[in-house]
Formats: sequence, structure tokens, C-alpha cells
Amino acid sequence: MSPAPPGRGAHVRAPPGRVGRLVLGLLLAALLAALAFAPFLFPGTRAMATASRIAIFVVLAASYDVLLGYAGIVSFAHTMFFGIGAYGVAIALARFTPGWGALVLGAAAGIGLSMLLAALIALLSLRVRAIFFSMLSLAVASVALTLASQLRDLTGGEDGLTFSVPAALSPGFRLLAHPVLGVRLDGRLLTYYLIFLVALGLFLFLLRVVNAPFGRVLQAIRENEFRAEALGYRVVLYRSLASAIAAGVAASAGVLMALLLRYNGPATTMSFAIMVDLLLMVVIGGMGTLYGAALGAALMVLAQYYLESLLQALAEAAAGLPLLAALFDPDRWLLWLGLIFVLIVYFFPAGLAGSLRLRAGEE
Amino acid sequence: MTPAPPALESEGLGIRFGGQVAVDDVSCAFHPGTLTAIVGPNGAGKTTYFNLLSGQLRASAGEVRLDGVTITRLPPSRRSRLGLGRAFQLTNLFPTLTVLENVRLAVQARAGIGLDVFSRAARLRALIERAHAVLAQVRLQTRAAVPAVALSHGDQRKLDIAILLALEPSVFLFDEPTAGMSVDEAPVVLDLIEQIKAARRATILLVEHKMDVVRRLADRVIVLHQGRLVADGAPEDVVASALVQEAYLGRQAGRG
Ligand SMILES: Nc1ncnc2c1ncn2[C@@H]1O[C@H](COP(=O)(O)OP(=O)(O)OP(=O)(O)O)[C@@H](O)[C@H]1O
Ligand SMILES: [Mg+2]
Repeated sequence: MSPAPPGRGAHVRAPPGRVGRLVLGLLLAALLAALAFAPFLFPGTRAMATASRIAIFVVLAASYDVLLGYAGIVSFAHTMFFGIGAYGVAIALARFTPGWGALVLGAAAGIGLSMLLAALIALLSLRVRAIFFSMLSLAVASVALTLASQLRDLTGGEDGLTFSVPAALSPGFRLLAHPVLGVRLDGRLLTYYLIFLVALGLFLFLLRVVNAPFGRVLQAIRENEFRAEALGYRVVLYRSLASAIAAGVAASAGVLMALLLRYNGPATTMSFAIMVDLLLMVVIGGMGTLYGAALGAALMVLAQYYLESLLQALAEAAAGLPLLAALFDPDRWLLWLGLIFVLIVYFFPAGLAGSLRLRAGEE
Repeated sequence: MTPAPPALESEGLGIRFGGQVAVDDVSCAFHPGTLTAIVGPNGAGKTTYFNLLSGQLRASAGEVRLDGVTITRLPPSRRSRLGLGRAFQLTNLFPTLTVLENVRLAVQARAGIGLDVFSRAARLRALIERAHAVLAQVRLQTRAAVPAVALSHGDQRKLDIAILLALEPSVFLFDEPTAGMSVDEAPVVLDLIEQIKAARRATILLVEHKMDVVRRLADRVIVLHQGRLVADGAPEDVVASALVQEAYLGRQAGRG
């Protein structure tokens, strides 16, 4: 037909694409296996806390990616929903009789309120223009953060709320008197597996959503909302639903966070610092691929937990060399983290998963 | 002339941008089984008229009716679901999605299952096969796996038309479908339009500058000039008229 169609030469790159997919698959399998057997592979409270956080942030980042990477809308309210979920549980357990009933009720209230609020923000703003969604989400999130710190009677203010979880999830609980494979079957372990399984279920649910006809429409809207509308898709409705689903999942992640910490305060779930982390996770992992969000979240949490210790070790090893020792000063961990981000964004502009998945013919 | 009630109708339709009236009081009815060519110089308001019909722009005056129902205030998505399909003058695709997915999205829209959150789109074989079939109609079957941006300009135009075909509308709005296509590509598209016309069910509106194409395909020609409908009639009469000659001389001067 037409002479030399562009993109033909790209077929040569098919094998690297396949290798990339293999690497990505292996990384994800390793992440899943590590989380599934974390208590047995990495004993210790710190490792358990890290693994729980990874599971929670994988869900939070994946739900944010549904907005950013699929629906193409920038929300600054995602950690607000995370916080509302956590406050739902915290308030229910701290203010009423602690137990499964209060837990379920608090979680349901937090998730429901989040979805409602998200749909409302979307309907109010998206009718006008997508950019107003970002602005309105920022405003609402700021108000929510202020409310969380000031409604002391309800939320505990800046100090937050400490509460006890149902007995089976509390550290003192023993399922069996004897350890199995060297691991005590206690409330901590049950909490971990509750978090892991719920997180896994939520992630699979999101995968289902983005691969369903609905998710394909979201992609179409991200690519060209004008044409999507011309095809008969009600863009505002789709974006509002995506927003509500993402908010519901974020609130569920907040519920898990509250169970993990047995505490919730504005800084732990609602702050804008977490919002920035979340953006980084999604961008580093690769937007528009939930797997990317999972990798980004794992990488980021690991870096936050272990980069400091790694630098400590490096600094000790380089003790004799003044310049290196100064470079590896553990206090500089944030600097190193920033440097790693810049390098990743520079060498993997499509994010880790995005670059690994690049198919023949693409770009 | 045509006994069937109009499929699409505009009455006193108009829009102004600031002080400029881009479409001015256009009343016209289009009947099933007919192809109406819309001609006029650059900037005459042809695309703007289409935008008013399909809802991308809201009219400042007048009405649009589809099968007798007023749709003047409905959003484009609703009009599309009611059977009013539109291809675009400027290429308007989902650029990083594959050629197949571009068409599959239209098939899916036609099937009305966009809100399905639980089935796997990749497993809905019937939709995918339908998309392949439509791609074959515009001779793009070998390019199915390529992202839309990687297509040549002519192929992108064909894809745009494939998307419209996949929607199976009852009213087709084509806006210069062969503009920018090579001499061997244009016939593919013109043959397709002729096929749709031959089925005698659809209502087709075609903005077209090439007079040979107009003579070949059109049952009727309307002329827009500075936003106004200035001539309406059989192709041989209208094309020969002094008005069109003048309008097109004006257009050529405009193109420099
Ligand atoms: N969104 C808009 N805002 C302001 N002016 C517009 C807009 N759309 C169209 N116009 C103006 O309206 C007039 C009609 O434009 P239109 O694109 O409908 O012409 P056309 O007949 O399709 O021309 P062409 O043959 O070049 O495609 C032009 O003067 C154009 O500049
Ligand atoms: Mg035009």
C-alpha cells in the first residue's frame, strides 16, 4: 500500500519486549511470594511491618493508578480517602465497644463516605473541565486534613486515636500454644494475613476492573475524551465511577492501615507527604499498568525502611575514605532516594513496568 | 420528492462565535436512503454545521431533530447512542491504543456494555471478531496490532472511518473523508460510502470539495456560504450554478 509504513522497524525489538515481560513477571512473582510467606521468610516485627505496609501501599498505589494512569485524572484527594477509611475504623473502635461489629461498621462507614464524596467531587467538577477535578480535590483534601486535626473530640486531633482491635488481632492473642516453623501463631500473624489477603483481593478486583470493558473505556477517555464521548460513552459518568471505585479501594487500604497500627492520626494516613509518595510510586512503577504501581509501591516502602540502614553499612565500610563516608552518611538517605528517582525516571521514562512491557511497534 | 419522513433535520440552526456568525439559520431535512453532499468554500461553516448536528457544539439558535425527536440539547454521547454517527475532518483517534482496540471500542460502544466491570474485554471474542471484520472492510487488517499513531496519514483516516462503521449508525456524517489520501487510497473509502448508500437504509451527509466525487455519489447537493444555506438541488444543477462556481473560485483564492 503506502510506501514504508512507519513502525515496521520496530519488529526487530520484539525479543527485548518479551524478555522485559519475563523480567516483569518474575519480579511480580517474587513480590507475591515474598508477601505470601513474609512471616516465615523474614521473621521480626520490623520485617512484618514492612511487608504489611508494602501490601497496603500496593493497593493504595494501584487504586491511584486507576485514576491517573487509566482515567487520566489527577486527584490530590486520594490520601484523604485513605484517611477516611482509617478514621472510620479508628473512631468506631476508640469510641464504641471494640469488637468485630464496630470494626465492620466503621470500615463500611469510611468506605461508603469515601465513595460518595469521590462521586460528588467528580460530578461537580468534571462537568466543567477535568482540571477542576484536580483543584476541587485539593481544596476538599485540605479541608478534610484541617477537620481531622481540629475535631479533637471525634478524631483525637493532632495526637490521633489509639484503640484496641478485636481480640483475635491483638498481639497478645495465641492461636496455638506452640510455634509452627519457628513462627508464633499470634494476633500479629493473623493481622498480617488478614491484611495480605484483603490487599490481594482488592488488587485482583482492580485488575478485573481495568481489564473489563469499563477499564478499556477509561483508557479511551484518557487518550481522547472527545472521541470517546462521540462514540457514545458518557465521559463524566465513567470518570465519576472510576473515581468512586478508586476512593472505595483507597478507603479499604486505610482500614488495613488502621488495623496494622492500632492507631490513626492525620500524619499517618492523611498528610500530603503521603500523596507525594503515592504519585512517585505510580510514576516510577509506570502509569497505566497496575503491576507498575505494585512494583513502585514495594520499591518505595523498602527504600523508606532500609535505605538508611544500607547507607549506615556503606558508611561504616567506607569509614577510612572521608569523602565516601560523608556521602553515605545515613542522614542523607532522602538525598539518595531522590537521586534514585531521578535516575529511574531518566532511564525508564515509561516507568519500570511500562518500560519492561514495551511491545513491538510501540514507540 | 421523498415520501419517507426525514431521519435528520435542522431548523433555523445557528451558532455565533463572538461577533461572527459561523452557521446562520440553516433549515434542511435529510431522508433515509439518500446521500447529500455539502459543499462550500473554506470557512463556510460545514464542519461547524456538523458539530451542531452531532452535538460537539451547542446551537445558539434553532433545533436539531433525529427521527422527529428534538436532540438540540443532548450531549454527543447520547446522540451517538441514538444512531447519529460522525467521522472527523481532523484525525481524531485513540493514539497509543492499537488499531484493533480503536475499532473494538466502537464495537463495544455499539454493544452498550461499557459499564461492565467484571467480564474480561480480551475474552469477548464476538466483539473482537467484529472489529477485525470492520478493519478488513477498510483494508487495515494487517495493521491491527500497531498503535494508531504509527499509521500513515491515509491509514489514520481509514481507521477513523472504520470506527464510524463499527458504530453502525443510521445517520452518517462524513467530513472530507478522502482529504489527504493518496490516489490509490481514496477509492477504498469512496467504495465503502457507496456500499453504505447502496443498502438504501442509511442517511448520509458528506462534506466534499472534489466535484467528481460529488457527482458520483450525491443524490442532492447543498451549498453553504458564510454560514448560510445558499443552494439546494440535484448535483448537476447545483454544481453548474454560478453561485458554486463563484464560491469555489473564492476557495481557490483562499487556499493561495
Ligand atoms: N470553536 C470555534 N471558535 C471560534 N470560531 C470558530 C470555531 N469553529 C469554527 N470557527 C469559525 O467558523 C467558521 C466556519 O468554520 P468551519 O470549520 O465550519 O468551516 P468549514 O466549512 O468546515 O471549512 P473547511 O472547508 O476549511 O473545513 C470559520 O471562520 C472558523 O474560523
Ligand atoms: Mg471543515
